Amino acid sequence: MFAYIVRRLALMLVTLFGISVIIFVLLRVVPGNIVDILFDAAGFVDPADKANLEKELGLSQPIVVQYFNWIGGLFRGDFGYSYVSEKPALQEILPRIPITAKLAGLALLFSASIGIPLGVISAVHQGTKLDYTLRVISLSGLSLPSFWLGLLILMASVSLVGAMPIFNPNPKTWTEAFAIYAVPAMAVGFRSAALTMRITRSSMLEILRQDYIRTARAKGASEASVNYHHALKNAVLPVITVIGIEAAFLIGGLIVTETVFNIPGIARFLVEALRWRDYPIVQNLVMFIAVVVVFTNFVVDLLYAAIDPRIRFGD
Amino acid sequence: MRSVHALGVAALVMLALPDPIFAGEPKSGGILRMYHRDSPGGASIHEGATYSINIPFMPVFNNLVIFDQHIAQNSTETLRPELAESWAWSGDGKTLTFKLRKDVKWHDGKPFTSADVKCTFDMLMGKSQQKFRQNPRKSWYDEVNEVTVNGDYEASFNLKRPQPALLSLLASGYTPVYPCHVSPADMRTKPVGTGPFKFVEFKANESIKIAKNPDYWKKGLPYLDGIEFTIIPNRSTAVLAFVAGKFDMTFPTHITIPLLKDVKSQAPNAVCTVEPVNVSTNIIVNSSNPPFDNLDVRRAVALALDRKSFISIMLEGQGDVGGTMLPAPAGLWAMPKDMLEKIPGYGPDINANREEAKKLMQKAGYGPDKHLAVKVSTRNLAEYRDPAVILIDQLKSIYIDGELDVVETANWFPKVARKDYMLGLNLTGNAVDDPDQSFFENYSCGSERNYTNYCNKEIEKLFNEQSVEKDVNKRKKLVWEIDKKLQEDVARPIIFHARAGTCWQPYVKNVTIMSNSSYNGYRYEDVWMDK
Repeated sequence: MFAYIVRRLALMLVTLFGISVIIFVLLRVVPGNIVDILFDAAGFVDPADKANLEKELGLSQPIVVQYFNWIGGLFRGDFGYSYVSEKPALQEILPRIPITAKLAGLALLFSASIGIPLGVISAVHQGTKLDYTLRVISLSGLSLPSFWLGLLILMASVSLVGAMPIFNPNPKTWTEAFAIYAVPAMAVGFRSAALTMRITRSSMLEILRQDYIRTARAKGASEASVNYHHALKNAVLPVITVIGIEAAFLIGGLIVTETVFNIPGIARFLVEALRWRDYPIVQNLVMFIAVVVVFTNFVVDLLYAAIDPRIRFGD
Repeated sequence: MRSVHALGVAALVMLALPDPIFAGEPKSGGILRMYHRDSPGGASIHEGATYSINIPFMPVFNNLVIFDQHIAQNSTETLRPELAESWAWSGDGKTLTFKLRKDVKWHDGKPFTSADVKCTFDMLMGKSQQKFRQNPRKSWYDEVNEVTVNGDYEASFNLKRPQPALLSLLASGYTPVYPCHVSPADMRTKPVGTGPFKFVEFKANESIKIAKNPDYWKKGLPYLDGIEFTIIPNRSTAVLAFVAGKFDMTFPTHITIPLLKDVKSQAPNAVCTVEPVNVSTNIIVNSSNPPFDNLDVRRAVALALDRKSFISIMLEGQGDVGGTMLPAPAGLWAMPKDMLEKIPGYGPDINANREEAKKLMQKAGYGPDKHLAVKVSTRNLAEYRDPAVILIDQLKSIYIDGELDVVETANWFPKVARKDYMLGLNLTGNAVDDPDQSFFENYSCGSERNYTNYCNKEIEKLFNEQSVEKDVNKRKKLVWEIDKKLQEDVARPIIFHARAGTCWQPYVKNVTIMSNSSYNGYRYEDVWMDK
């Protein structure tokens, strides 16, 4: 187990190195940089001014030098300065992480707490009206784009209650504080919950046909015990995999949700930074997201062993 | 019966009274909440070229002179002193001297003097040690030889030749006076001004906050305790939030005409106004390369335009047809309608125009069996893309098959600058409704913003002739001739001039939206809230 963890950690470092190179190169392959955008906004380019600004921002250096400057800075704890706000990149990124973390956490919680129980119910009642209803709901969850659902929720809140759960950094009541995160979390988590439900249902159906389930029933175990103790415990492995993947993909989903609900989290910030070609922000943010994704995968792998003792990590 | 009439007359008089009087005595206090359409690249007005910077930061500063903030149409008659107490032209019209106020302090407590005026304009002219990161309006001061000071409270602009329009340029929201003692870098992040509001914070993509300057030199002002701009790039979310009462005011001129209907139906109490924005939608033609190096082909494109269709499709009829200068009644320099309609392509008979265009195309070697394939390049923004699609449709009628080439904002200008386009659809905004700003910037030989490299030495002479002319009526006639010639030369065919809406809650008082510029009306020192 220890050797496995060490090997995975080493692999994580190699993966992160690869990601850093890809991020860095891809960003510079995309046409246009911050200087082009600044002069575009001004409506003209003075070649001398442009060259000066590129020099000032370090963009005139060879790409390899720029890469090692960035990586070297990361090891020294120097994340660089945002080209746009001219503030330290870390100062721009750090306050936004808890906002997105809360939103993503709530969305995942919503996804698991709705998706898993409904998946089990749907599987246990296979072929009934309840099953069909739940399957229609899950299909609609997969089909509805989260930006559309978000806008629909906003429009409904304005026309029904004359208010809308738009972000407020200083909520006055706990209900407002809850609403500004819970409503967008539900909008983005609906698709995730639908996916979790479908995976749980199919996994449960497969498990419920196993011999040991029949044996449990023959031994006189209660339906609840069979479904939740014997079946779900074994059916939940693929569900954890999906939730792990969803956690990683959630950042993508949050870009739209943060935009629609005007939440100043890292996902929307990343898009804005990309628009401005604000390399220090984009590089560090994507790297941060990569670390989160790689680490989540690592945790999911460890969870397998904790949940299913039959899984052993080979040496 | 007489009393009923009297009551009616009284009611009409009440309705006719200007808003501030009707609303009663101004009240102090309150934070004005407004959404902002995007996150500006910085806080330095002099380094920006978008009204996204002017709107939140104009209240932080003062100019030497300013357009009256409660007269919608900016003109030389509406110029008011601000940091200058008075101004005077020398007899030869080549020196403009300002007497400055003595009671003004920067927000950091340092006194404002003539040195600050000199610093600001030296930097704008590129003559100082300190440099702006970018200086988009350097050409505004091409005729200024130098700025000199006489003591702490007098500054003079010495010109190469008379330029009466300089005063209007100095009154723009784009022309605040900066402090000498604050670096351009600091002005981008923590601007220091003399204006009615002090900068508090700017969180990129989140919010901009400014607070009342208690030591403002205009005693008793501002009325508001502050203004908070919440940055909401998604227009639907922003408008819904305004409807839900989360904001006291929309971002100025941000409501499109179709959206205005929704706002009015969902928030019937909101006060909304529609004004021209002095932004023209136009075509840029690459005349350096075939086929548009042929004047006949360029003229055919101009003749094919059905401008009213653009306006009815995009703006539900609420737009204006005109030349380079903003059309009347909002525009001060627009050529008369009968003169405009005589310009090829502006006549009311679209079919006749297109028949003429077809003949020109056939003369150039194109026809029903040989269409001209062109790429119509434009920015990937709705206000650019949508008219480009209509343009492509209209060009079909004269044997031109257009293909839409959508370019990301980051790559748009580099593409235009290296002439990597055939036909482009572009938007041109004018900060000041004055020919000097428009002609020299967009049509002068060698100007950086003359994207099409149009260069006509004869017209260039006329540009200078109108610029030195003191008599407004004579100047107008010259401007009309120039504008007519620019359209006939297909320098940059103007399709239409757009209008846009602004709304605010009924308790917000003293807001005036300018009708011939989107850049000059945001000092907000006497805006107040009746709640």
